[in-house]
Amino acid sequence: MTSDVSRVSYRPKLALAAVAVVVLIILALLPRFVGLYQTQLLTYGLIAAIAALGFNLLLGYTGLLSFGHSAFFGIGAYSVAFLLRDAGIHSMELYILIGLPIAAVMSALFGYICVRHTRIFFGILTLALSQVLWTLAYKFFWVTGGSDGLRVARPTLLAGMFTFTGRDAFQRFIHGYYYYVLGVFAIVVVIMWVIVHSPFGKALQAIRDNETRAAFLGLRIHRFRWVAFLISGTITGLAGILWVPLNGLTTPEVLYWTFSGEIVFTAILGGFRTFTGPIVGGIVFTYLKTYAVATTEYWQLLLGVVLVAMVILLPTGIVGGLVALIRKFQPKDRPS
Amino acid sequence: MILLQTVDLRKQFGETKACDNVNFTVNKGEFLSLVGSNGAGKTSLVNLISAHLKPDSGQILFEGTDISTMSVYERIKAGIARSFQIVNLFDAMTVFDNVALSVFSREGKTAHITAIADHDQDVRNETHEVLGQFGLRAMSGVLAGGLAQGERKLLDVAVAYALRPKLLFLDEPTSGVSTRDKAQIMDTVSSVVRAGAVTAVVIEHDMDVVFRYSDRIVMMHEGRLLADGTPDQIRANKDVANILLGVPLTA
Repeated sequence: MTSDVSRVSYRPKLALAAVAVVVLIILALLPRFVGLYQTQLLTYGLIAAIAALGFNLLLGYTGLLSFGHSAFFGIGAYSVAFLLRDAGIHSMELYILIGLPIAAVMSALFGYICVRHTRIFFGILTLALSQVLWTLAYKFFWVTGGSDGLRVARPTLLAGMFTFTGRDAFQRFIHGYYYYVLGVFAIVVVIMWVIVHSPFGKALQAIRDNETRAAFLGLRIHRFRWVAFLISGTITGLAGILWVPLNGLTTPEVLYWTFSGEIVFTAILGGFRTFTGPIVGGIVFTYLKTYAVATTEYWQLLLGVVLVAMVILLPTGIVGGLVALIRKFQPKDRPS
Repeated sequence: MILLQTVDLRKQFGETKACDNVNFTVNKGEFLSLVGSNGAGKTSLVNLISAHLKPDSGQILFEGTDISTMSVYERIKAGIARSFQIVNLFDAMTVFDNVALSVFSREGKTAHITAIADHDQDVRNETHEVLGQFGLRAMSGVLAGGLAQGERKLLDVAVAYALRPKLLFLDEPTSGVSTRDKAQIMDTVSSVVRAGAVTAVVIEHDMDVVFRYSDRIVMMHEGRLLADGTPDQIRANKDVANILLGVPLTA
């Protein structure tokens, strides 16, 4: 027999889905009202949001702070560059289909080494492994192009339905690519939302909050962490795959530890304890960095000040702060 | 019928013998209390049986199978669960989710990555049933970190019980709660485990609680088993009385 209280309520999820659809429609309409440059910036923002969503499965939901996620972003970016240069592939779908398994294999390998440790040891291991990749990309210049990096031409989209040559190629690419990235972003959001609300996602949160008790519920801690790492790295790799055709060039900088720091920054900025925090963080960080770079040559100092201010004044990030503000004005719900 | 048996189980921390050749048995279906002063080795024994600690030597037999080298995961799957002396919950999760996780784990569903946890009606029903048994159903939407100590103790037991173990170890389920709450907790725990035909081993300091609820009592002292018997036999045991009153055994 089932009582009313044990029945599933779909109402909150339908409301959430409605909000997501409205946001998606707004994002889809934006290029009609903003210029080409803003559309391009927003595309970078969505890609940063994908990277941060992947990263946050580890930080926000598993409690593991990776300082090496630039490795997976870079693996995605360099995979595309190699596929173009060495296999002559120009299809964005093939970049994703081939690049994703490469990112997944590397994530599985790195994860196998790292997830046996937690806290600072985990962070240092991820940092060290990403620095190994950076060194390889920097030193093996005959393969990677060294500090000059590798150029990536505009790919074809949707199995060659959209090509970008001839007149207005750049404008058409920026618009077309924005919608392409928006589509991938929407799919990633749905996938990540399902993952964090699945029994697997709940188990990750349990491991994050109380590893000992989680083990005594029969959860195999290392295995869960490893799968989380694998998904996290693969999604961040996908962001790298999407980023490089827009940027037109990949260099060892995307493998460097400071780029990992930027991914950490985006999650903290938006709020790593909320699902939407990294999305907001990714977009806000992209604009913040772009305008900081345009405003002052000391842009890193400016970003540093923002980060310090965020940690002190808004430790739960932009979304976390907004949620707290909304709750403050809501009537308190006390259990009877 | 013997459910669990330890054979010459030893664990030493430096010079301290936490378990000194302990031969401990638990019979199927009984409600057993493990008593003794602080440092007697009670929690160490439970930690060894539940794989929280590795023994220096000796064997642990569960349903006749040697589980000494099994991992925590394997022992839980074999049917051994436990709660903790210091309440060990997922404080940022709701009361419902704390128990639901046990149900998901027992049913092997924690690896499900493409299903929404809240939509699993079977797990919801069973979780609400367990919460109802422990009197926590009204609190199901409350964060575990916001519960009162007595409720936290009950939830701690409910989380372990939801694994539907054959053998359930409860490490001081009434410590740190008021006398009134103690009786309520033990009434609930005792009736739930007996109704579920779960064998229970309770570590407890309050001898009134021990005598009232136990089928059998085992006393530990300085890492060894000192006494083993029914509540009446233990009540009549002078060594037990001396230790409980702080009188040395040689006195």
